[in-house]
Amino acid sequence: MAQIKPRVKAPKSVAAGEVFTVKTLINHDMETGQRKDKNGDKIPRQIINMFEVTFNGKPVMSAKLEPSISANPYIEFEMSIQEAGDLAMTWRDDDGSVYEASNAIAIG
Amino acid sequence: MGMLAKAAAIGAFAALSLGQAASADEDARLIINGEEEMIVRAAPPAWSPLPELLSGWLFRTVETQRLQMDDFENPGFTSVDSAWETWSLPEGSAGKSCADCHGDAASMKGVRAVMPKVNAENGELWTLEMYINNCRTERMGAESWGWNSGSMVDMTALISLQSRGMPVNVAIDGAAAPFWEAGKELYYTRTGQLELSCANCHEDNYGNMIRADHLSQGQINGFPVYRLKNAKLNSIHARFKGCVRDTRAETYKEGSPEFTALELYVASRGNGLSVEAPSVRN
Amino acid sequence: MNLSRRNILAIGGAAVTVSLIPVDFAMATPEAAAEALNAFTGGAAVTDGGIDLVAPEIAENGNTVPISVSAPGAVAILVLSEGNPSPGVATFTFGEGAAGTAATRIRLAGTQNVLAVAKMADGSFVRAARAVKVTIGGCGG
Repeated sequence: MAQIKPRVKAPKSVAAGEVFTVKTLINHDMETGQRKDKNGDKIPRQIINMFEVTFNGKPVMSAKLEPSISANPYIEFEMSIQEAGDLAMTWRDDDGSVYEASNAIAIG
Repeated sequence: MGMLAKAAAIGAFAALSLGQAASADEDARLIINGEEEMIVRAAPPAWSPLPELLSGWLFRTVETQRLQMDDFENPGFTSVDSAWETWSLPEGSAGKSCADCHGDAASMKGVRAVMPKVNAENGELWTLEMYINNCRTERMGAESWGWNSGSMVDMTALISLQSRGMPVNVAIDGAAAPFWEAGKELYYTRTGQLELSCANCHEDNYGNMIRADHLSQGQINGFPVYRLKNAKLNSIHARFKGCVRDTRAETYKEGSPEFTALELYVASRGNGLSVEAPSVRN
Repeated sequence: MNLSRRNILAIGGAAVTVSLIPVDFAMATPEAAAEALNAFTGGAAVTDGGIDLVAPEIAENGNTVPISVSAPGAVAILVLSEGNPSPGVATFTFGEGAAGTAATRIRLAGTQNVLAVAKMADGSFVRAARAVKVTIGGCGG
């Protein structure tokens, strides 16, 4: 697998209280643990099992993901903010890796 | 054609009305990121047997279509991101990156629209992959990439993206003419136990269902294409292989003279449609 | 989820047959989904409505089926599959500023029902279900 790197689309500035959409995508095979390789051996499960979003450190949303989530997981959500700040996102891999992204959002 | 094979082939086209995936309305427009409109219907060249050229995008369901309408929803873009990094990564004995010679990847604008083309230096028909590998081995002193390797397919996506929206415009005359004729010959040659040619499905039956799948014109203006089926970007020749294999034939190899000529002919059947890469298909 | 060629042929045959019969075809068990639902609700009553679940009626490919859920005021939404090897798909938990919506793409092993259950701020539970037909078995190269 190529280097795992998230893509995030969030507005640069919004009005206070305005509901906006955040789109996220990360390249990951989301190996289910159900498949077998050419020798008939089970391919171990390896998925992104958790996605967490905070704004200025406070939790906005999280998603516990199961193997039924498609490869290259896409997660979109809506939110609003009252003050400018930092939208931080974390993806947690079964192998312990953590992938992160953050976007500054202004009020304007 | 043997009775059994014939029955199977007819069965494939007859099963059509069952559970057909609803395709989008015929007037659907492909506008990417709310601003870039793709030409998904075009008037055919004079020699074309098709009454109208139709992008494969038109044959997909509304849900699949939508995945291509925003670069942040299109999963092919993780590959483009990866290729952006490779673009400026020095490699090989020359210690050069793509960027060292070509500058910004935007300098590749227009390249994909005219591929494959005859290489003026040696008179051979070259695809985008061949030009990339030539750069790697001759100018960078780096290892060549496998045709379907992630690095290669990602790079073809990045380079093709620079031409997105431009009409496909491959040359079929002059030095290209004999390759085009060879490609055309292959297009109409039935192969495999099912004795199907490209044309049997993609010219005679586009718009019909082949079991659960909505047959398109087999246009390649969207390649490399992110397929839901294998959740990755796929090269043109990999797709050709899949098609030929499904006729139950031994296939040609990626990069073979046969597939390269076929690529030129199939590309020319879409002259006028927009380069859509990286597109999203079933 | 790469199915073997043989599986594709077998499932493809099934999909064609099944599309003649309306819905209610599950590869695994609705019971497992019900159990997972119970674990989420603690056995509390679940009513229909108050939550939107959008999913295609016919999925072009079971590998990537776009879905979205929306339940304004929800603190959590559980998405379940009745026909996958295990019922859990995703659990969305909402905090301050979240609008109670989420969209993602899921794998469906066959034609089946997808369920979404929301826990509302007052502790009540609401649900929605969608039947999704999954057609595998085209040519598709």
